[in-house]
Amino acid sequence: MKEEHKHEHKAKKYGMVIDLDQCTGCGACMVACMAENNVPFRKDETDKFLSITWMRVYQLTNGKSFPNTEICYLPRPCMHCEGEHGHSPCVSVCPATATDYSHETGIVSQIYTRCFGCRYCMAACPYHARYFNWWDPVWPEGMEAYLSPNVSPRMRGVVEKCSFCFHRYQIAMEKAHYEERHELKEDEYQTACTQACPAGAITFGDLNNPDHAVCQMKKSKTAFRLLERLGTHPKVYYLSSREWVRRAGDNYLRDEDGKVMDKRKLRN
Amino acid sequence: MDAALIQKGVRRCSFGQFILFLAVVGAVLLWGVFAMLLCWIKGLNQTNMNDYYGFALWIWADLAVIAIGGGAFFTGFLRYIIGKDELKNIINYAVLIGFICYSSALLILAIDIGQPLRGWFIFWHANVHSMLTEVAFCLTCYFGVLTIEYIPLILGNRQLDRVPFFHNLSHNMHEIMAVFAATGAFLSFFHQGSLGGVAGVLFGRPFAFREGVFIWPWTFFLFTWSAAACGPCFTIMITKITEKVTRKRLVKDNVIELLAKISGWMLITYFAAKTIDTWYWAAVTAPSKGFWMMDFYSGNSLYGLWILFAEIILCAFIPGLILINKEGRKNKTALMIAVILAVIGVSLNRWVMVLQVMAAPVMSFDTWAMYFPSWQEIATTILPVAYGIILIAISHRYLPIFPQEKELNPIE
Repeated sequence: MKEEHKHEHKAKKYGMVIDLDQCTGCGACMVACMAENNVPFRKDETDKFLSITWMRVYQLTNGKSFPNTEICYLPRPCMHCEGEHGHSPCVSVCPATATDYSHETGIVSQIYTRCFGCRYCMAACPYHARYFNWWDPVWPEGMEAYLSPNVSPRMRGVVEKCSFCFHRYQIAMEKAHYEERHELKEDEYQTACTQACPAGAITFGDLNNPDHAVCQMKKSKTAFRLLERLGTHPKVYYLSSREWVRRAGDNYLRDEDGKVMDKRKLRN
Repeated sequence: MDAALIQKGVRRCSFGQFILFLAVVGAVLLWGVFAMLLCWIKGLNQTNMNDYYGFALWIWADLAVIAIGGGAFFTGFLRYIIGKDELKNIINYAVLIGFICYSSALLILAIDIGQPLRGWFIFWHANVHSMLTEVAFCLTCYFGVLTIEYIPLILGNRQLDRVPFFHNLSHNMHEIMAVFAATGAFLSFFHQGSLGGVAGVLFGRPFAFREGVFIWPWTFFLFTWSAAACGPCFTIMITKITEKVTRKRLVKDNVIELLAKISGWMLITYFAAKTIDTWYWAAVTAPSKGFWMMDFYSGNSLYGLWILFAEIILCAFIPGLILINKEGRKNKTALMIAVILAVIGVSLNRWVMVLQVMAAPVMSFDTWAMYFPSWQEIATTILPVAYGIILIAISHRYLPIFPQEKELNPIE
């Protein structure tokens, strides 16, 4: 009881653990994310530098030739970086406070109606998790009826990104409040990508709450985060039993054998 | 036709010739305005920017014009604060060039943002942690200072000067110009610096990131220093071009040489500071993030070590060396080569700190991203150049910009 009381007052830190050994690269997380968050798309999406993908699955390779080639799929949502005391790379640079770090949830928000589209946050994000609306969203005829009423579509000229399905958090909190509860159960707030993953590779929860699976999973010996050396303190953890995958998560001066790294091998 | 508006004792081309010149440059200006309207009406999809290149040609142009427009604040600082009296003969032109550069920068920013009607949010919802906020405030304030410095020049027009109120206003403004020059120097130190800080604070981008003092990364000081060094070079360059176009001498050699000498020493000290900064970044900062310096200068078709050589040796050390030598300053060709190199150098530095930062991959499995601007981006970048030429042409024709013109070009 005492422990539970103590946890109630500890700020939440929502995060994700993605098991790359389980990810098949099917892209269901990407589809679910787009549908859930009214992410706009165009008829021609061949130029991926213009596609808005809050969740994007990267294909990684170990750079070796056949028969030693190995592939790994790495889903990349927004990392919801904590930085130093909430000064994540994007939050600290936004001149109009249009993106904010919540110390209550650890979620980095984007205020679309305040963003004036300077794109400094995009320049600051090393994960390319931020996207600009180069066009106004145009939905195929009749599709408006299928848009989520809980998420506002974004207009041309503003930046958007993964919100850890924050609207789901708000709905869950509303319900909890109505039931006179202050805490959410683990399964009450889950992101769309987590629920859509057929392999169960994505686990979501409060990284500060020992009752949540992510809190234990992040401590795994095979856990790593992307670009930890930069000091961004991301809240998305990855698990992989393969060392080359774990090493691909960051930049190293030398490879496993102590030789100078040739990063071009990884950049296929 | 417009003889009554032209200063007494100076010679100008015919009105028809002048209008023809304005029409040609005006056509280019209209092309830029058309592209600007396309960007405002249809949106930034008119550009070749993308989600890897959120910052591109315009931000480079912005940083570059502000750097080369630095001649206004630094010449003002030397003239009014340090007391280099000879510079009174070039300060008007430095102010005009600065005014053009800064108004251009503000225009480019207005085109560059995705929601131009919300531009004022940067002041209303200001984030004090953002370098861009500091840029916006100081830039706007300094543009106000430049406008105040430009007004007495406008009031110096032959016809306006006949109105007693304007005459007295202009005189009184001249009297207190030192206050504005000091304010301008103070504001410029911060906005030139914070433009350097824009890149330097990006701790998620190891190519740009720099350590520093308190909240300011080293790029903060390097940007201010390079603007103070190369801004006057741009003033000299434009003065020389104006002399070529108008086919007469407008500023005495001793004035140009004094400014060139100061720029030369600024360039040499900048060269030293930039070399130390690059060495420290390559040896300590980048490796601490898991990068060799060569990771940023290889594996792509454009960005190689030639950039470092061009930026530091060819366009900083060599022009600096020319300008600190009396023979170099006195030799017209050498002087022109030096100031052009310095202007290219500072522009290249701004390109590197914007475009190369965007191009270089950070995640180990990411790739170099290349970019070429669309015609709309190019047209809107040329637009300020056309605007600048027109404003210089009009100012030169009708305003007393060059105090030594009559003495150097007596009418028999």
